[in-house]
Amino acid sequence: MSALLDVENLRVRFRSLGMLRALATGVDDPFIDAVCDVSFQVREGETLGLVGESGSGKSTIARTIMGLTPAHDGSSIRFGGDELVGLPQRSFTAHRRHMTMMFQDPVGSLSPRLTVRSLVTEPFKIHGITGRDLDKEAKRLLEMVGLTEDFARRFPHQLSGGQARRVGVARALALDPKLIIADEPTAGLDVSVQGEVLNLLARLQDELGIAILIITHNLNVVRHITDRMAIMYLGRFVEQGPTEDIFHNPRHPYTEALLSANPEPDPDARKNRVEIKGEVPSLMNRPQGCEFHNRCNYAQDLCRRKAPGVSDAGDGHVYTCHFPLDGG
Amino acid sequence: MTQGDAALLDVNRLSLDFGSPRGRVHALRDVTVSVPKGRIVGVVGESGCGKSTLAFAIIRLLAGNAEVTGGEIVFEGQNLLDLNARQMRALRGQRMSMIFQDPMTALNPIRTIEQQMVDIQYRAPGGQAGKRRHAAEALDRVGIPDPESRLQAYPHQFSGGMRQRICIAMALLVEPALLLADEPTTALDATLEVQIIDLLKDLQRDIGCSVLFVSHHLGTVAELCDDVVVMYAGEVVERGSVRDIFNNPGHPYTQALLQCDPGRIRERTRHLPTIPGNVPNLLGMPRGCIFKDRCPHVFDRCRHERPAHHAIATDGHTASCHLLDQTAEAPA
Repeated sequence: MSALLDVENLRVRFRSLGMLRALATGVDDPFIDAVCDVSFQVREGETLGLVGESGSGKSTIARTIMGLTPAHDGSSIRFGGDELVGLPQRSFTAHRRHMTMMFQDPVGSLSPRLTVRSLVTEPFKIHGITGRDLDKEAKRLLEMVGLTEDFARRFPHQLSGGQARRVGVARALALDPKLIIADEPTAGLDVSVQGEVLNLLARLQDELGIAILIITHNLNVVRHITDRMAIMYLGRFVEQGPTEDIFHNPRHPYTEALLSANPEPDPDARKNRVEIKGEVPSLMNRPQGCEFHNRCNYAQDLCRRKAPGVSDAGDGHVYTCHFPLDGG
Repeated sequence: MTQGDAALLDVNRLSLDFGSPRGRVHALRDVTVSVPKGRIVGVVGESGCGKSTLAFAIIRLLAGNAEVTGGEIVFEGQNLLDLNARQMRALRGQRMSMIFQDPMTALNPIRTIEQQMVDIQYRAPGGQAGKRRHAAEALDRVGIPDPESRLQAYPHQFSGGMRQRICIAMALLVEPALLLADEPTTALDATLEVQIIDLLKDLQRDIGCSVLFVSHHLGTVAELCDDVVVMYAGEVVERGSVRDIFNNPGHPYTQALLQCDPGRIRERTRHLPTIPGNVPNLLGMPRGCIFKDRCPHVFDRCRHERPAHHAIATDGHTASCHLLDQTAEAPA
């Protein structure tokens, strides 16, 4: 399989202090790196999961790929072989036909003043695609996501969370995309509805061969639906590889802690969990050396001094740690 | 669950309606929940099942269009529904307190933590200095480093996890007999979630209070609670000890809910189980069993007769399902 999306050394910076304030306080670097040195690929038809805690930069990556947030110089995002970084807005629109994004809030991402019919056919208007029977298209798209034709006349407030999510999927499918970026597609949904939405995405992927980049903090979801996953901490990838491999054999202590922090719905499984201390440090004040060292249970002197490089465990499983955990 | 004199809180057949322009919504129907002294009781169910409404009804913080139509809420021997607003106020923040879902909106953004923590001790005798010390001790207890200086900070200067710790510190400042927790970990990340659960467990053990823990997250409930009540569309469909509910669920809804949780599916699958159909509309009073439209085992009796709670194997484990009625003949 060839790489549909190829992200290399992605860096996204945000200004954290105004110019005057930075001058007044003598801060020479008033920027924070929300995303730092991130490289990954999404192949055609595969699902990649991005996992991490809030503020780790997952959504920023998604927004940067979609061209909603500019990438810093030196970053490269190639989609279908074309470089997207530095592209002017107008040329970007042409690429956006082939990749779509599902935003986090299922109801909030739909305009409350448009009917479902208008919502799912809006992409045709935006991309200037004329000569299609919009009623027929709306019906076709709604059918694909398992909604009846009657829904076309409804407004978003007349939909349940799961139905609104389906409309979001229908809208994303309108232009036959090659890549769907789903930002927390099941956040706020009940478990039974969550299954429906994930099954729908899996079915569409099987039928249409779409690649999916899914952003979530729910590890149970990642385990079942992704082929590969990447774990983010403070804007960097700490570990990346095949999902099964990472679940069975995590190398980075943060991954281990994240996996064991998953409360299991089994009262007899109150296991000895690897608890990590404290909270995520501020991006404005990144720790020296390995950025995880102040919360890591295995940190040694070297970790405080020197940032670890990328190590390879084979089969595309890479991690950044001086003292990786032994598999088993 | 054990009834009788060990119970701190007994909600008996509580029914509650919300008035709406389209009619009355029967949000709670005949809800019976008992919270024994010193135990953690979890209330689980999907959104809209009435679990938060139950907690808000107990501490009486519901919107003006809510009306209790039946039942009683007996707390420390007195029916809370008989109390007037002033008597109710005397209980809140004294004998019972609450932790809310969103720790940002639960704190006042324009006042320091110290001001807020001293304010809530308005009943306590003594001067400012003592109350301030008390507040600092409470912050220390929930694991906030350097509490003395952090008292001067405003809520926005804390992270989400720290804010929820502050809310817990405030709720437990008075050492209440009953703590109501409404999805206290929903807004937090996974690693913070387990920190907060462990903290709640430790404090509960120290103080010896009872906790009514409302959550839709089966994992947190399994981890934290002693007893569990499962709610569906405004009714309690099953209750029992945490092991009974998770290892031997009796009600078809509980079974379906547990099956749906991807965390319980050991084998990796691309097709996750779901519960077909939708939650019934609570505007009209549905006939028969509340779960009949989605139940895989539905039979004739379910359509016209509302099931009573039937006992299952172990003590105190009951579910409202006709299938468990030992006196009736098994359905064909």
